[in-house]
Amino acid sequence: MGLDRLTQAIERQVRRESEPPGSHLPELQVTASTGDASDGDSRDRSRARRVIARLLRRPAAGPFLGAVIVYVFFAIFAGNNSFVTVDGTASWADQAAELGIVAVPVGVLMIAGEFDLSIASVIGLGGLTVSIATGHYGLPLLVSIAIALALSVMVGLINGFVTTRTGVPSFIVTMATYFAIGGASLYATRLITSTTTVGVTSSGWLHSVLAGSVHQFNVSVVWCVGIALVAGHVLWRTVFGNWIFATGGDKATARAAGVPTNRVKVTLFVTSSAAAGLLGVIQALEYGGGQVGQGDNFIFDAVIAAVVGGVLLQGGYGSALGIMLGVVTYSVVNTGIFYTGWDPDLAQLIIGVLVLIAVLANNRLRQRVLSSG
Amino acid sequence: MGEARFSNGTGSSPIIEAQNVSKRFAGVMAVNNVSLGVGAGEVLCLLGDNGAGKSTLLNVLSGVYPPSSGVLKIDGAEASFRSPRDALARGIATVHQGGGTVPLMSIMRNFFLGAEPTRGRGPFRVIDSARAKETVLEQVSALGLTRVVDADRLVGSLSGGERQGVAIARAMYLGARVLILDEPTSALGVKEAAVVLRLVVRASERGVGVILVTHNAHHALTVGERFAVLIHGNVVAAWNRGEKSREEVLTLMAGGEEMEDLELDLAGATANGDNQDEHNERS
Repeated sequence: MGLDRLTQAIERQVRRESEPPGSHLPELQVTASTGDASDGDSRDRSRARRVIARLLRRPAAGPFLGAVIVYVFFAIFAGNNSFVTVDGTASWADQAAELGIVAVPVGVLMIAGEFDLSIASVIGLGGLTVSIATGHYGLPLLVSIAIALALSVMVGLINGFVTTRTGVPSFIVTMATYFAIGGASLYATRLITSTTTVGVTSSGWLHSVLAGSVHQFNVSVVWCVGIALVAGHVLWRTVFGNWIFATGGDKATARAAGVPTNRVKVTLFVTSSAAAGLLGVIQALEYGGGQVGQGDNFIFDAVIAAVVGGVLLQGGYGSALGIMLGVVTYSVVNTGIFYTGWDPDLAQLIIGVLVLIAVLANNRLRQRVLSSG
Repeated sequence: MGEARFSNGTGSSPIIEAQNVSKRFAGVMAVNNVSLGVGAGEVLCLLGDNGAGKSTLLNVLSGVYPPSSGVLKIDGAEASFRSPRDALARGIATVHQGGGTVPLMSIMRNFFLGAEPTRGRGPFRVIDSARAKETVLEQVSALGLTRVVDADRLVGSLSGGERQGVAIARAMYLGARVLILDEPTSALGVKEAAVVLRLVVRASERGVGVILVTHNAHHALTVGERFAVLIHGNVVAAWNRGEKSREEVLTLMAGGEEMEDLELDLAGATANGDNQDEHNERS
């Protein structure tokens, strides 16, 4: 039998190299047999290949390419309609900032292997809470914001605990809380104020910090960049970041290595909820009031930005920079379309195609990584 | 049955030892009165077909569940594990077939998962990645994985043997005194199997006790010093290296399989194949 002979050959080789006691084994011939690296040409090529491989290994490589292509596209077709001016840039950057504030934490949660659809109604919850607290009850802005964020954190805790304790997919759990929180906010708002749109009373430094503007740009741009920087730092440099990747990549292995996967998930549910609450507050201050359903767009937008930003739907892979590039791509398409003068409906078509391309590219990358070797 | 003992030719006292260990599942005896142990630098091969009880025994030894009867001893003192983590803390590390690694994470991130070296304080406490990468490469090359030169490479892009190597190097670095390897070669090609077998030899040379669980007699005979054949949860034979010829071992295992077939056939008349499913699940 051929196999039999082969295994005997292995045996001979392993014996030969391991039997002299205490001697150091010679470098493995078995593993070092490929390639004729003596040839300078092939060494150059293999170095080039390594550099490319290194770049491609950056999770933000694809999203960067996508963002550049989309931006150049609109710079060409909308360039003479002031898309590339400061005003044009501010218009997509302001939109990107709001999206980024929720998309980054949601994307990081996705890296840990979970979804959060409830952010949409938590945005509404945050906006309404701060509006009712200041506009209806006349509470100080700081206290109102604290209440809004506390409520948001509670939603995150509920999402986290239900998901980790029951094992029900977070897609379903957070869809349930999306509806529940949306309904509860609407009910409470009508009960308290007998309307569904509540004006906010805000001014002072806190207002400027959250909803002020620098030239044409909203301050929310700074918040968004700050959140992305913190997320990037946590993901790539801290121990908790390592745990996030492991939790999403292979929960069983992570647990076996002592990673508290449930705590990781609950923490990230809380951060995505808190970020949604913060965005709700910022929006309410910017637009002068909170509204039920003010965050409904974000239910898909955040996931789209994360996916276009290279986050794997299966979890375990992605980056904060990538998500931010996904956010930029989304916002450039959504805003750029108006500058081209084309039918705005086309924006949705473009985004749909982009998402499809991104998902296919992400999938391919995953398969490549998991099969090669 | 189950009485077969080693003559303890190598002489070193066992780090981990099972004494008269049995494990029952819903009345079915998965492991029956097994006694064995492994000392520092020894390679014990646990042979047997699928459903022979190898995995059950492995799970008892690695702390997945306690034995129904019998005792585990570590360094001669009775021990009970509440979890694999618990076993790990006592120096008993298990590397499962998949290698226990996260494919989409880098070698360095995998190697230190759950035990990341850090520098700095508070929110600026970060993984000391320069030191971590250096350590990883040192550790894996000490095991003979010389082709692994980039600690940033994703583990998913490594070969099956290298992946096992990273897991084994990790376990040893984190203080494993006994490595339990669950079918480490079964999904691998011949070359890769050789890589893994060499890792086993290296680990034992460095004083780690290895329990190699396998159904491949060739691989076992290549690296093993002590052997036990498990059939239907019983140790039907145990011997030290050189006490049985290759032919004897193969016959022993083949005979075992035939016996199992026969028993399954007989059981099939009453249990209608349910038995077989249970066996597969357990293995």
